[in-house]
Amino acid sequence: MASVIKSPQSRDVSPQRRASRQNFETWSWLFMRVSGIILFFLALVHFFIMHILHDVTTTTVAFVAARYQNPLWKIFDWLLLSLGLLHGTNGLRYIMDDYVRSPLKRVLVKSTVYGVSGILFFVGTLTIITFK
Amino acid sequence: MTTTIAKTGSVDAMELLTVHLRIKRYNPEVDTKPHWEEFEVQQKASDTVLNALHNIKWTVDGTLSFRRSCAHGVCGSDAMVINGENKLSCVNLISDVGTDLVIEPIRGLPVIKDLIVDMEPFFAQYRSVIPYLIAEDDPGYKERYQSQEDRARYDDTTKCILCACCTTSCPVYWANGEYVGPAAIVNAHRFIFDSRDQGTERRLDILNQKSGVWRCRTSFNCTEACPRGIKVTQAIEEVKRAILYDRV
Ligand code: SF4
Ligand code: SF4
Ligand code: FES
Repeated sequence: MASVIKSPQSRDVSPQRRASRQNFETWSWLFMRVSGIILFFLALVHFFIMHILHDVTTTTVAFVAARYQNPLWKIFDWLLLSLGLLHGTNGLRYIMDDYVRSPLKRVLVKSTVYGVSGILFFVGTLTIITFK
Repeated sequence: MTTTIAKTGSVDAMELLTVHLRIKRYNPEVDTKPHWEEFEVQQKASDTVLNALHNIKWTVDGTLSFRRSCAHGVCGSDAMVINGENKLSCVNLISDVGTDLVIEPIRGLPVIKDLIVDMEPFFAQYRSVIPYLIAEDDPGYKERYQSQEDRARYDDTTKCILCACCTTSCPVYWANGEYVGPAAIVNAHRFIFDSRDQGTERRLDILNQKSGVWRCRTSFNCTEACPRGIKVTQAIEEVKRAILYDRV
């Protein structure tokens, strides 16, 4: 038989393609990288405005109200809140999977951590949306 | 790169030195937990740590147990923690590591006796990544051609001697024995990036699990520990990228 050597990684050599290649773990890892970079800049801007440009002691309701005149700052704050919480909680998920080995403890610790971050997200979002 | 053997430097290689060793010992028949024992032996500066261990075993205490085979950095059987770092005892000279040595079994695997650990979990993880060539088509009366560039892609990871220095230096592996560990990923990389291999997707699927590459936190312990100088963390990153882009 005269044989033609196909490149082994060409599609017709491995015909059964998998249904899904990337999975939750893949995207969760990518999310950590991307959100990490975005958070770095968000946190830098936040820190500069709140701690260098203004003194924390001047952060009054009036100050926040003036700032929230511009809805872009609401979006900024909400991004910082949600990305920070998601990034932090997902990081804790890795750590809990590695260090909390007993199944019972893991359920308890995980539900506490997810519950607390869920509440923080809800309260934070509510504050940003309803602030007058 | 071949296995690193440190230079003797300016020290007189033949000069006899008193080497003080503190070794973590465990005898499953009498001990409930490991304990430390101290030894003093005379060694040349050009001797290896393995020479000192042999000296103890052959002249001081015959019950001291450790693995070794080739004594030349080839077989990978004598990984141990020497002064806090994972090393092969046979390629580290006294003149390099000093005359005060603290020696422990590698971490993260169950100790059987003294410096001997149960390597089975490690080898099971190695086997789990299908570490052999899968090429089911018939190439006919021809070679499976591979260009020099294609061969170069996985050259670094062919050098692994399965010593477990990397995996047992990984903080994630210490905590979570389900993680396949850097050594298994290095050996998967060896075949994932081999243009003749056809099992790439299966291996990527295995390493895309919760116990796979995503457990790695890029802390580089493994790269520092590898006695073969393999860029372990880089190999792991290449596998991560191959999964992410679904392309090798
Ligand atoms: S780089 Fe990854 S595999 Fe290597 S020691 Fe760190 S966490 Fe472990
Ligand atoms: S990658 Fe290096 S440290 Fe890890 S098992 Fe192979 S030779 Fe040993
Ligand atoms: S005894 Fe073979 S590598 Fe050290």
